[in-house]
Amino acid sequence: MTWSEMQPLLEQACTETLIMVGWSTLIAVVGGLPLGILLVLTDRGGLLRNTLVNKVIGQIVNIGRSLPFIILMVALMDFTRWITGTTIGSEAAIVPLAIGGIPFFARLVETAVREVDHGLVEAVQAMGGNTWTIVRKVLVPEALPSLIASTTTTVIALIGYSAMAGTVGGGGLGDLAVRYGYQRFETGLMWITVAILAVAISLIQFAGDYAARALHSRGGRSGPSPRLRFLKAEEPAAADISKVA
Amino acid sequence: MITTTGLTKVYRTHRSRGGEVTALDGVDLHVREGEVYGVIGQSGAGKSSLIRCVNLLERPTSGTVTVDGRDLTALAGRGPRAGRELRQARSRIGMVFQHFNLLSSRTVQDNVELPLEILGKSGKERSRKALELLDLVGLADKAKAYPAQLSGGQKQRVGIARALTGDPKVLLSDEATSALDPETTRSILHLLRDLNRRLGLTVLLITHEMDVVKSICDSAALMENGRIVESGTVTELLATPGSELASALFPVGGEASGDDRTVLDVTFHGDSATQPVISQLSRTYNIDISILGAAIDTVGGLQVGRMRIELPGRYEDNVVPVGFLREQGLQIDVVDREQPALVKEGAK
Repeated sequence: MTWSEMQPLLEQACTETLIMVGWSTLIAVVGGLPLGILLVLTDRGGLLRNTLVNKVIGQIVNIGRSLPFIILMVALMDFTRWITGTTIGSEAAIVPLAIGGIPFFARLVETAVREVDHGLVEAVQAMGGNTWTIVRKVLVPEALPSLIASTTTTVIALIGYSAMAGTVGGGGLGDLAVRYGYQRFETGLMWITVAILAVAISLIQFAGDYAARALHSRGGRSGPSPRLRFLKAEEPAAADISKVA
Repeated sequence: MITTTGLTKVYRTHRSRGGEVTALDGVDLHVREGEVYGVIGQSGAGKSSLIRCVNLLERPTSGTVTVDGRDLTALAGRGPRAGRELRQARSRIGMVFQHFNLLSSRTVQDNVELPLEILGKSGKERSRKALELLDLVGLADKAKAYPAQLSGGQKQRVGIARALTGDPKVLLSDEATSALDPETTRSILHLLRDLNRRLGLTVLLITHEMDVVKSICDSAALMENGRIVESGTVTELLATPGSELASALFPVGGEASGDDRTVLDVTFHGDSATQPVISQLSRTYNIDISILGAAIDTVGGLQVGRMRIELPGRYEDNVVPVGFLREQGLQIDVVDREQPALVKEGAK
């Protein structure tokens, strides 16, 4: 297979992956953020403590998280057809991807929001702020670096899911790799898709880390991400060695 | 300004097993307008619960809280959420915290503006007020900095500026200096004192450091096991025989130098101390007096405090000089050498 033959295939696959992952991430963030916040607020000791709501949301999220994506996709076929009118193609794949992404992101949001110092919530309460003010002015802005890191994780997970969606006709890079690489023994094309995915994921991770770190160093309360802290810790050690030498 | 009556707070530690911890056990507190009132006690004494009950961050199990003539407990409503009226009342009560509780995602100025944002004030008004307050706490040049770039003392100054944005009449201070070094503690206390005088701000502070009470409080209360054991103005406490707070605030030490000596603790509560009693005593009875220890402060132009003096001769020989001192309106406790504890003489 020559490059001129591969190029249109790759271009189309990249576009399809981009559409699937882009839309599903957007929906996962829009749906998962309020759910995650609600999980924290309705929990015991939360501002909107409500055991019933907390248990119900928690169960839904758990079920969504525990189902293997490929099964979720099959299980949601009727729902997908009802929404998009079809179960084949990238648009159809967005539905299960988004539904799989919402609980995934919601759990990450929950963890991020839970880490916000309760003292800040108390301070805003003491100023006369209501729950909505606390969500808007404290929980979301203070958890923002973690929320960005969570979004990065979600995008990468959804890229992985999108490859599975490819096997049932969703298209995209995963589909391309399976069809040509596995079924037609076009090893070259398969390796190119692997390389594209690897590069894309590295870039996304880097961009996410960079954004989270930029926000952190502005606030700086919890310091840089663990990985960067490790890098920083190395510097003085190296300097010590040179001094000894 | 702040009155609590029969304030009780019971925490249920385990719902099913019915374990209970009584953090506040019928606390009656009365803070007068314009004074700095210190509540001191060890950790676990209930100080934190008390101050959180004053603006109802913690809902008392029973009892009432009145701030500036408003019964806040009546505004509380039901459920865990604060209703609009309570939130409004809270916005008129400033609060500073031990760990500052500044939003790391906002600049210093934006942190100070936050209470005004909550009150729905316009951007121009907010920044004017914020800059004015930052100037007042001496941080006008740090408006654009982030909290992470400030020292502990500077962070607490921002916390104080933020607490003042709602033009409160009352400032609650929850261990505001406990996370700071002694030098910074002094400067923050000085600032609080200054604000109290300049703005007529009533300050209720809780602390576990006696120095805090000593340096700025007009009145103090001692808390133990959820109860207020002693309370009153510094002068009143001094006048109370055996007051733990008074002896902690004005500690005197010193041992008798020989067997035939009389050691007396003289307490000045402010009315008599303008006269040089000790030298009068010395001149009138022609006795040599040594001062073993003294802790005297001038509060509002009057001297308050305690002094430990030694007179030659046994107590029996000194009945007349002791009588003279009591006539001057001083409280005299005779220190028994056998037992280090004070022998309580019926001075009052």
